[in-house]
Amino acid sequence: MIPILFGVSLGAFAFLHAIPGDPARLLAGPDATLEDVRAVQSRLGLDRPLFVQYAYFVRNALGGDFGRSYRSGAPVRQVLGEHFGPTLELSMASIGLAVVTGMGIGTLQAVRRNSVPDYLSTVFSVAGISTPAFFLGLLLIYVFSVDVHWFPTGGMSGLHSLVLPAVTLAAASAAVIARFTRSSLLEVVGEDFIRTARAKGVAARRVLMRHSLRNALIPVVTLVGLEFGFLLGGAIVVETVFSWPGLGWLLIQSIGFRDYPVLTAEILLFSLQFLTINLVVDVLYAALDPRVVYA
Amino acid sequence: MRDVALTGAPRKARAVTARRSWARFFRRRTAVAGAIITATFLVITVLGFWVTPYPPTATDYSHTLAPPSLMHPAGTDDFGRDILSRLIAGARYSLGMGLSAVTLGAALGSIWGVACAFNGGFFDNISMRVADILFAFPGILLAIAIVAVLGPGLTNVVIAVGVFSVPSFARLVRAPSLAAMGQEYVHAARAIGAGGARIMFRHLLPTALPPIIVYFTLRIGTAILTASALSFLGLGVQPPTPEWGAMLASGRLFINVSPQLVIAPGVTISLAVLGFNLLGDGLRDALDPRLRT
Repeated sequence: MIPILFGVSLGAFAFLHAIPGDPARLLAGPDATLEDVRAVQSRLGLDRPLFVQYAYFVRNALGGDFGRSYRSGAPVRQVLGEHFGPTLELSMASIGLAVVTGMGIGTLQAVRRNSVPDYLSTVFSVAGISTPAFFLGLLLIYVFSVDVHWFPTGGMSGLHSLVLPAVTLAAASAAVIARFTRSSLLEVVGEDFIRTARAKGVAARRVLMRHSLRNALIPVVTLVGLEFGFLLGGAIVVETVFSWPGLGWLLIQSIGFRDYPVLTAEILLFSLQFLTINLVVDVLYAALDPRVVYA
Repeated sequence: MRDVALTGAPRKARAVTARRSWARFFRRRTAVAGAIITATFLVITVLGFWVTPYPPTATDYSHTLAPPSLMHPAGTDDFGRDILSRLIAGARYSLGMGLSAVTLGAALGSIWGVACAFNGGFFDNISMRVADILFAFPGILLAIAIVAVLGPGLTNVVIAVGVFSVPSFARLVRAPSLAAMGQEYVHAARAIGAGGARIMFRHLLPTALPPIIVYFTLRIGTAILTASALSFLGLGVQPPTPEWGAMLASGRLFINVSPQLVIAPGVTISLAVLGFNLLGDGLRDALDPRLRT
């Protein structure tokens, strides 16, 4: 994990400094003289060689110091902190929604295989995967905000402003999870030990909950982890659509402003989140499946 | 060489397998539907400018934000441009970007993957670690980062979206190629003096062809989604180019008065992605049932 993070940090740093356009010029304003721009450059350390800048960056980053935002002048840590909460709230709500609806629908589909609900759910899940999040978001805004004023069109103002963004972000993941739960459950139901359980007279409900679902959910856990990662990426688009003041929204704003310190820290943060999720998934996997042993 | 090896029984067996695959494909109605949708979109893409009812950038200020009518089946936008014409002309950009991005990713990824399998050892090890790092990035984040560096625009979006398919294709190609490395026919090829390139592209790569075809089709849907998302965020193709994501982005300002500005391009994107996804699912079941999830 550490070498990967190091690679990512180097990549992010090199990448962002390759962005055309000089933040010092941007910050100094349109009327700035060359001396003004130089002064800003030296204040930000931008006049030093790149590897020196990177060395300083790593040393400071290890202490949690990512410098100051070019845009607001506030410490990057503080800026990220302000925007982390909204993203956490949004992604938690979305993954919760996606897991509950996805697994619920998938289980229902597997139990009532080849029924009308099964068929309809399949159609909806394929449609859910194919619809871009920004379109779904705008569609929901049109139906529920412009037409009937049930929910606000954007911004963050209490629980009811969370509904539309969370549903938008959850839709595609819910569809994937439903599909996967269905096929995984159908596979397990065909196994010998399920027939054994039925034969010895275990109630149908118990066969489903204890014998089938528990085994079927093992691969689903991995998928949920992956989906959570995708969700963090999808949040960039959804937050922009709903003006949700999270990390994704901040990312797009920072690109527009060439706010290097914020951008670098954000890419690192995104990667850290993604790696952490992968780690958690591995651990959960072992907890769910006693056959998996880590040496 | 190849012809000698494939006369008689093996050739017949191969023909039977192909026929069975096609039969499996046509039995699935969703797969056929996907093929039809995809084919329609491809025809529109090729014909493009010749079949638009109006020039896609012609403005008509006496008919701005018109609702759908006989004259303008999908209505007009804030400049009075015919939305249907813009959607048809835009297929070239939106589908074109998706197709070229995945082609780029598949080409680079396949070469990389087969090279890993062939060379093995240190090169393979380092390559897979690098692939792990690329995997650690959510695709859209990587694409945004690349576009942020290269600047917005058609070519840069293709590169950005293509790059994040590279590691997946590399892994996909590496596994079957690695398995083929241990096969007798590869030893035989080496024994008669075939060079590295010949072994890689003539003997190893073809074993990975079915998964490549399946994943290629499925990936196009994702690529179209990502490319249009980039344009929607203002990082991709810029207006007034009639790219679907960019059309949606400029239409969102008028969602109160003219929802067709958002709905028409949105439905078009969804339909195109749906077509490729259904086709990909069908191909997977027909060509490589083991991949089924």
